[in-house]
Amino acid sequence: MEILSQVHAKNLVRWAKDKPRVLVLSADLTSSVEAHLFKDAYPNRFLSMGVAEQNMLSFAGGLAREGFTPFLHTFAVFLYRRPLDQLSMSVCYPNLPVRLFGFLPGITTPGGATHQATDDIAILRALPNMTILETGDATDVESVLDVAQAIDGPVYVRMLRGEIPRLFDANDKMKLNHARVLSTGADFALLSSGVCTEEALRATEILRNHGVAIQHLHITTHKPFNDPQVLDALQEARRGIITMENHTIMGGLGTAVAEMMAENGIGKRLVRIGLKDTYAHGASKPYLMRKYELDAMALVKTVEKLLGKALNITEEDLQSVRLDKVHSAAKAEAL
Amino acid sequence: MQTNPNIPWQQEARRVAKAIRRRSLEHTINSNGGYLSQAASSAEMLATLYTHVMNLGPSIAPMIPEPFSDVPSATKRNYKTGAGYNGAQNSTNDRFIVSAVHYAVVIYISLVETGRMSLEGLNQFNKDGSTVEMIGAEHSPGHEFTAGSLGQALSGAAGVAYARKRRGEKGRVWVYMSDGEFQIGQVWEAFQTLAFHRLDNVGVYVDVNGQQCDGEMNAVMDIEPLQKKLEAFGARVFKVDAHDVDALAYPATLKPDGRPLVVLAYSDPCRGFPILEERRPKLHYVRFSDAAEKARYQSLLAEM
Repeated sequence: MEILSQVHAKNLVRWAKDKPRVLVLSADLTSSVEAHLFKDAYPNRFLSMGVAEQNMLSFAGGLAREGFTPFLHTFAVFLYRRPLDQLSMSVCYPNLPVRLFGFLPGITTPGGATHQATDDIAILRALPNMTILETGDATDVESVLDVAQAIDGPVYVRMLRGEIPRLFDANDKMKLNHARVLSTGADFALLSSGVCTEEALRATEILRNHGVAIQHLHITTHKPFNDPQVLDALQEARRGIITMENHTIMGGLGTAVAEMMAENGIGKRLVRIGLKDTYAHGASKPYLMRKYELDAMALVKTVEKLLGKALNITEEDLQSVRLDKVHSAAKAEAL
Repeated sequence: MQTNPNIPWQQEARRVAKAIRRRSLEHTINSNGGYLSQAASSAEMLATLYTHVMNLGPSIAPMIPEPFSDVPSATKRNYKTGAGYNGAQNSTNDRFIVSAVHYAVVIYISLVETGRMSLEGLNQFNKDGSTVEMIGAEHSPGHEFTAGSLGQALSGAAGVAYARKRRGEKGRVWVYMSDGEFQIGQVWEAFQTLAFHRLDNVGVYVDVNGQQCDGEMNAVMDIEPLQKKLEAFGARVFKVDAHDVDALAYPATLKPDGRPLVVLAYSDPCRGFPILEERRPKLHYVRFSDAAEKARYQSLLAEM
């Protein structure tokens, strides 16, 4: 598996070259959110807004009313937690084309609870006019810009930075409200998003070798959430449905799936893998994914529970297919 | 934008101010309550802005506002804000952004008294299904932002001003604020930004009436010395008498110098309605205690 670095930083420069109305707004974390190459390339389209996110959100609304497309770059928590009122009233209510690039989704940062956007999808799903996208690999990170830019209204994107894998072919671009089907199988429907997809992929191959058939969908659009492929997968799953998200299980992907199941009369077991109504703390991503049971082993245990039997898959088995041999060379990311 | 060029603008501004007060009192009586103190403090300011300071085109909105249809969304095409009452938006016209939207009724009355909206529009005030709402939203006549969560509009106006400056537009961006908003952190973030990005095409008029919902501001959360604070944030500040139309108009005649302009208009929240003095310190909203009190307001109206 290919590991790439600074995917967004480089791609944004390429992508924005012929888009003079795209302005990047940054709240002091420019290189931490990979906007520094844009700043160097187009200083006249880069607005330094300081550590003042409430103002930045409302300011962006004003720019968007005048026909510009603000691309807000900062850590995800500072786009929706602190300035939620501004996001709702200055951007979402008027349905303005503001693009919010939220970095460090969920537990992908050692910065602790203050820096971990673990409830963003839950909160933003409730805002009318909002579109919510999430990236899980380099191809998603590259192609999400076109998806976001085509939307008539505000878009929030859970972005990845630093060293990230390319799980999907570079030409297989993200599509709005269209899951990527990663495997087919009639026992379980597995819906994963963001960094959990890479983690799920570590387990699904071994599970398949143990005779477990899984239809695995990688979800990149959290809102709107009415992809017919998802409904089909939920209906076809014989033994249960599993969701796996780098987010609290309340209000995110697991909840959206539960709603779809209930509304369509799909009476099956659903297990939601994710943060179990808790804040996390500051530590490395692999440690946190293990501690809070968001990793490949968590998926194996869930399948065992739904099957009602042990599969005797060990940590060593999962290690043998670990996709991140190159990945592990990357140090825990600093702020 | 003076309607009659044959009389001094001050005379026209004072006429409109007087009409704003009279209409506000009449409206308060007819509605059995209202934001009367806001008219007392801001009548000259809004009259001066509308008749003289702001370079607005004639209204392009219907004299009688359309009923509310829907909130903005991707499926709602041809959505229009209430900004059309302040004229067409082009490169030379000024813009008027109301931040203190609890002054909505005074804004509506200003539109009526400057010929931008009919009296029938004002009669829709606070009626179900109307856009002439109690707290102005962006569909409300004369309003461009949904600013009811106070302290946000100045940041949005800064975004508009940045965009206009970038396009080389001559028109300015006027923002109408209340002093209570200066208790909000975001307002100071906005001033910091206006100064840093040198947005001198923004002019802010503030009704410094010293009043807020709970009573006198210096008893709720003092904001003074406001001029010094704003100057420290990089603004060009003028402290004026809110009832002196010449003093109100003067700062707007100065050539912009890189700093955002702020006119702190210190006002008398009972001006023109001496009967309001009895209600101190709670002036935010007038609700008649009994028929006798209402009758006294009616006799004041008869005298005006």
